[in-house]
Amino acid sequence: MLDTAIIKRLEDIVGCGNVLTKKADLVTYSYDATADMPSQLPDVVVMPATSAAVQKIVMLAKEKNLTIYPRGAGTNLSGGTIPLKKGIVLSFQKMDKILEVDQENLTATVQAGVIIQALNDAVAPYGLIYPPDPGTVTTATMGGSVSECAGGLRGLKYGVTKHYIMGMEVVLASGEIFRFGGKTVKNVTAYDFASLFVGSEGTLGIITEIIAKLIPPPKFRKAMLASFKRIEDAGNTVTGIIKAYVIPATLEIMDKMTIQTVENYAKVGLPTDAEAVLLIEVDGGAQQLVDSEAEAVLKVIKENNGEVKIAQSDAERDQLWAARRAALPALAQLSPTTVLEDATVPRNRITEMLVAVQKIAEKYQLKIGTFGHAGDGNLHPTILADARNKEEMERVHQAVDEIFVAALKLGGTLSGEHGIGMAKMKYLKSELGESGLNLMRRVKEALDPDYMLNPAKMVPVRGS
Amino acid sequence: MKTTPYDKLENIQDALAKCMKCGNCMAVCPVYLTEKEEGAYARGKLSIAEAILKGELDLKDEDVHEKLFNCLVCTSCMQNCPCGVDVSKIMLSLRAALVRETGLHPIKKIIFGALKNQPLFDKAMKAGAAFQWMGLRKLPGNAGYEPRFTMGLSIKRIFPGLAATPFRDQAPELIKAENRKMKVSFFTGCAFNYIFPDVAWDVVDVLKENDVEIAIPKEQQCCGIAVFAHGDLESARELARQNIDVMEKTGADYIVTACGSCGESWQHGFSELLSEDPLYGPKAEYWKSRTYDISTFLTKVIEYKNPEGFVEATVTYHDPCHLKKVMKVFTEPRTILNAIPGVTLKEMAKPDACCGSGGSYTITHLETSMAITGRKMDDIRKTGADGVITGCPGCMMQLSEGLANSGQDHVATHYISLLARSYREARKSKTEEIKHAA
Repeated sequence: MLDTAIIKRLEDIVGCGNVLTKKADLVTYSYDATADMPSQLPDVVVMPATSAAVQKIVMLAKEKNLTIYPRGAGTNLSGGTIPLKKGIVLSFQKMDKILEVDQENLTATVQAGVIIQALNDAVAPYGLIYPPDPGTVTTATMGGSVSECAGGLRGLKYGVTKHYIMGMEVVLASGEIFRFGGKTVKNVTAYDFASLFVGSEGTLGIITEIIAKLIPPPKFRKAMLASFKRIEDAGNTVTGIIKAYVIPATLEIMDKMTIQTVENYAKVGLPTDAEAVLLIEVDGGAQQLVDSEAEAVLKVIKENNGEVKIAQSDAERDQLWAARRAALPALAQLSPTTVLEDATVPRNRITEMLVAVQKIAEKYQLKIGTFGHAGDGNLHPTILADARNKEEMERVHQAVDEIFVAALKLGGTLSGEHGIGMAKMKYLKSELGESGLNLMRRVKEALDPDYMLNPAKMVPVRGS
Repeated sequence: MKTTPYDKLENIQDALAKCMKCGNCMAVCPVYLTEKEEGAYARGKLSIAEAILKGELDLKDEDVHEKLFNCLVCTSCMQNCPCGVDVSKIMLSLRAALVRETGLHPIKKIIFGALKNQPLFDKAMKAGAAFQWMGLRKLPGNAGYEPRFTMGLSIKRIFPGLAATPFRDQAPELIKAENRKMKVSFFTGCAFNYIFPDVAWDVVDVLKENDVEIAIPKEQQCCGIAVFAHGDLESARELARQNIDVMEKTGADYIVTACGSCGESWQHGFSELLSEDPLYGPKAEYWKSRTYDISTFLTKVIEYKNPEGFVEATVTYHDPCHLKKVMKVFTEPRTILNAIPGVTLKEMAKPDACCGSGGSYTITHLETSMAITGRKMDDIRKTGADGVITGCPGCMMQLSEGLANSGQDHVATHYISLLARSYREARKSKTEEIKHAA
């Protein structure tokens, strides 16, 4: 419990109603969406509405030597917002104003707590979209998704969060407010600070405002579902499509376990005898272009022995998409605990990765359904378990270790879009090496020498 | 019969373990969208439940109590849950456990006790009707009543008036049909009986028009949903059993309701409450499959008479939570509205977002409730419709209050009243035709 004088000062900054100290409230900020993580109660939850308030809170925390855990909606999958060292949880859920939509420069300026979907709803009347679409689009905040560099289903063609951030306002650990970037398409003034802060998981500074890039949405699209009797055929189709110089907006894969689970759960007409299915959507500004891209995709599917179903209407498209969207819920229904990984490999190694995951599942006698963004090489092996079963969880942990080894061996990476947080911190060295860890530490200490911001995430606290 | 989670809190473990903390429920929780705090919506409340079971939080802690009751039990979260967590069951089990441990709040005890005693409840409501002018000032037209005194509330409340004579005192216990197709028992619920007898008459009118014989037993009770929601299992079970007895005696083929909460009780609540009762459990199961919202009854059980009378109205339809999210009734009322000549249905954004009523929630959590209603009012205004139609008296009251507060000069109407009006118009023009011919 914090000194009442500190609580009083926090209340002076944000108002009484925006400081939570009751245990019943603290419990609800002790976790995030990550399975199999320890939880910890913060000392206090503070909900600012302005950058000035955030600055004052940082100054107070600095003075009193308190840690700060910035938090958006707490939907991340890396344990990134769990307040491991207690202190202040800085919730941005009330700092959620859309400050400006600039139709001429195609930008939106938002406070960090704006929900991604709320931004899309606000720019829709202008005929614009903000393309990054993580699965949590209706709940996740802009600040949180920028901090995690969230990806989504259309990363292959439209990129991920980092491709849409043009500027920011950040409150630094020193208490200074720093603004960089703006509405210009080009900007090489000083370091590329967007690259530094996007994906920094709240460890380098507190993002309070974001200038995001908007685009007009594609006018035409065509979706299809291809099923394969051999995983290799599905993998070769993925690389074949890219080799044919078609960049689909969506190129998603589901393995047999996922297909069967989804079909059993949602009855959407998936071929349960297939080893893998691909959901492919091409889009563009002209019907002719979309048609010719679809033709090229169909050719590749045929060459690789795939069977294809093309959506003839919006309703049919929605049905294909429903199958993909049902993947996680369907798998999650099977067991209480769902460990969702996001190891990522170069897309031409996707077949090998899928096979490796299946072997790991067999070895540790676990149910693992794999689906994900095949075009990005970004798979989501989803391990189904029960956290109450200690012996089983031990096997889960070993399987996760091996999944990462497999991904790195194939030239991949630990995380495509979920981030490191505390969940994958221990694997960092195997990808970055000692020199990488040292650099991480130097960057962290240059910006946050006292490990005040989101400590024990990404970079281990010095001395611990 | 002590093994349901309602009776033994530990039994919610499996239901709780299903939650993977994804937070999808945040996007649709009306309380969260108003208060923006983690403890406001299901994920937070489930984590509080976990902490209680682990002994890290005390069920009797006042702050815990406050969280458990800051929920409309609208079940919006459950519609958006990828893991199928039964939030409603968990919440009501927690509330029941709380009542077991601390007893019922004295005021609730008096009210719920009166509910079980139908003659006493009836007398109280009638006395309320006779004396309501003392505390309430009637608003022009049908808008309702506003309090003469502010009663310490921050927002001006508008209450619907109580009927001078309750519906069940007006109506006979049996209304025969000339060409009887089948017999239904009309479970009126309290709101239609005491506040909206006109709508109850519209239900009767529509059933008569379709040659359905109607039993309206006088001794039917409150469905008990509020009692159940506040954790008073004993009273809720007693009401359920009494209602089953009463309805059984009518010899009806089906029970018809026109209120989402009453319908939910028959389709869901009673069988939940009585699942371990060897005598009444099977009876609750029996009626569960034989209770229909009147819109389902008309469009799916019988082939209802096509409405031919012209009713000129541009309306928007609000989906009551329990009607849509528990009873899964949402196409039927729209089918009926679209069938009425002259009626244009303009959908609002998020028609199934909760209106903020939540039964007693609107009284205990006034500010949040009215903020939720305020968002609904914006959605309604944007449609440009000149009428709001819904299918539950609780929503009718809340929406009418919201409309009056937001300066929109109409009241919320039950869809059955539009259908009844169309039938009446058709009858009228037929009578006129005959007159002309003569």
